[in-house]
Amino acid sequence: MSEVTASACSVQFDAVVKKFGDGPTVLQDINFIANDGDFVAIIGPSGCGKSTLLRLLAGLVPITAGQVKIDGAAPGPESPELAYVFQEPTLLAWQRVAANVELPLVLRKVPANERAAIVHRCLSQVRLSDRADAFPRQLSGGQQMRVSIARALAIEPQLLLLDEPFGALDEMTRNHLNEELLALREEAAWTAFFVTHSVAEAVFLANRVVIMSANPGRIAHEVAIDLPYPRTQATREDSTFQQLVAQVSSLLRSVEEETT
Amino acid sequence: MKPRWSTVWPALIAGVTFVALWYGTRAMISPARDFMLPPPHEVLAAFGEHSTELLSASRNTGIGALLGFSLAVVVAALLALTLSLSNLIRAGLYPYLMMMQMMPVIVIAPILVLWAGAGLPSVTIITFLICFFPLVVNTTQGLISTDRRLVELFKMYRATKWQEIVRLRVPAALPYFFTGLRIAGTLAPIGAIVGDFSAGNSAGNGGGLGFLTLIYGAQFKMAALFATVLSGCVLGFVFVAAVSGLSWLCLHQWHDSYEKSDN
Repeated sequence: MSEVTASACSVQFDAVVKKFGDGPTVLQDINFIANDGDFVAIIGPSGCGKSTLLRLLAGLVPITAGQVKIDGAAPGPESPELAYVFQEPTLLAWQRVAANVELPLVLRKVPANERAAIVHRCLSQVRLSDRADAFPRQLSGGQQMRVSIARALAIEPQLLLLDEPFGALDEMTRNHLNEELLALREEAAWTAFFVTHSVAEAVFLANRVVIMSANPGRIAHEVAIDLPYPRTQATREDSTFQQLVAQVSSLLRSVEEETT
Repeated sequence: MKPRWSTVWPALIAGVTFVALWYGTRAMISPARDFMLPPPHEVLAAFGEHSTELLSASRNTGIGALLGFSLAVVVAALLALTLSLSNLIRAGLYPYLMMMQMMPVIVIAPILVLWAGAGLPSVTIITFLICFFPLVVNTTQGLISTDRRLVELFKMYRATKWQEIVRLRVPAALPYFFTGLRIAGTLAPIGAIVGDFSAGNSAGNGGGLGFLTLIYGAQFKMAALFATVLSGCVLGFVFVAAVSGLSWLCLHQWHDSYEKSDN
């Protein structure tokens, strides 16, 4: 297995504003810097523009005003590799698991002999090597999500954008996948933006939790999570963890009360 | 998939009941007029008596149906791809496609006979016209209904337009395409028979089932007419079975419509 050489990247939001047409302002004056290897969780009431923030970074929607910089430069073809994980697994139903993981490599025209090894590595990282020949519909929701993550990792991204990836799963599966995601982070360097509705998930995963408020979407608070990695099930029982969850919850509540 | 007894015996009972009702109905018709409804055994005998004509007519109709159907599949697929690529083209052509569907095929048959000549060319064109619309509409719908997130995913991986079409839009449209194909498959033999009925040509044994009904009708050969109609049914069944088989081959592994149920 080859050593992962890619490094993480920094992300800078500089007075970013987003409006859709003549509609209301979705994001207002977003200033934020994520450093190499930061795991940023974004939490906030519905309609605060959390997902829009990720979509701006991915280049899926244009910015109205301000600037986004990845490693100091505007997003473009030369930008660091970026992968996006949706709330739904978003797999090609007609392709087997292995081919789904291989898809970004095929689109990037990576030679076939290199692709097989990468697919093998990514599937074993998400513990799905034995389901390589299954079709997506034969997998459970949690397994499908793991395929989606394996696909994201296939291009060795330096920036990982996750838009409520485990929102549709039950709590047990979600906790497992949280731990797996952190384990994957030990193996490769990437900067992550993780949108979620779960305070416990945000605190467990991130070293920085950003709390947004709505109408218009702004960054209201930021909480540093100084719990050491690797984090495990024991972390969830730690009193510091529980205090941080309580702190973020109360900030989120105050933001939601302001909004309504 | 093996047919189960529980699905076979109800169909058998219904079939036997139908034949019994057929005999019963005939027994109630006065002898002076019972030539109108030949009994099943006479229809069976007509199959034997006219086997040469029926086989040759079925073959000719089958060829016309297959040619028109295949032509419709190719043209419809290409047109659907074009329509899916541009809202402008779609808006420009859709009303005329609708109009084409409204065209009464029987009425344009004489025009086609003058343009293309009676027989196979006209039959093929009429079958094409009948099969074309459901194929274009369904395939286009499929090509423009691709999951928005998958399109975004391809965009983020900087896929080319060609990769997006071949690896995403076309396979995602397959279930829609097969819906159109099933409709076209049932219409093709009917289209060929109607085409043959109004634009057929018996020269050189070229007549099909439609033309044969004209001949037997003129000769009051009721049993042979019934046998001709049944031959059309068999031909239709072959078409539908072939399309269903093809659809199963392409979709059963991954598409939810082939999800095995527990009961």
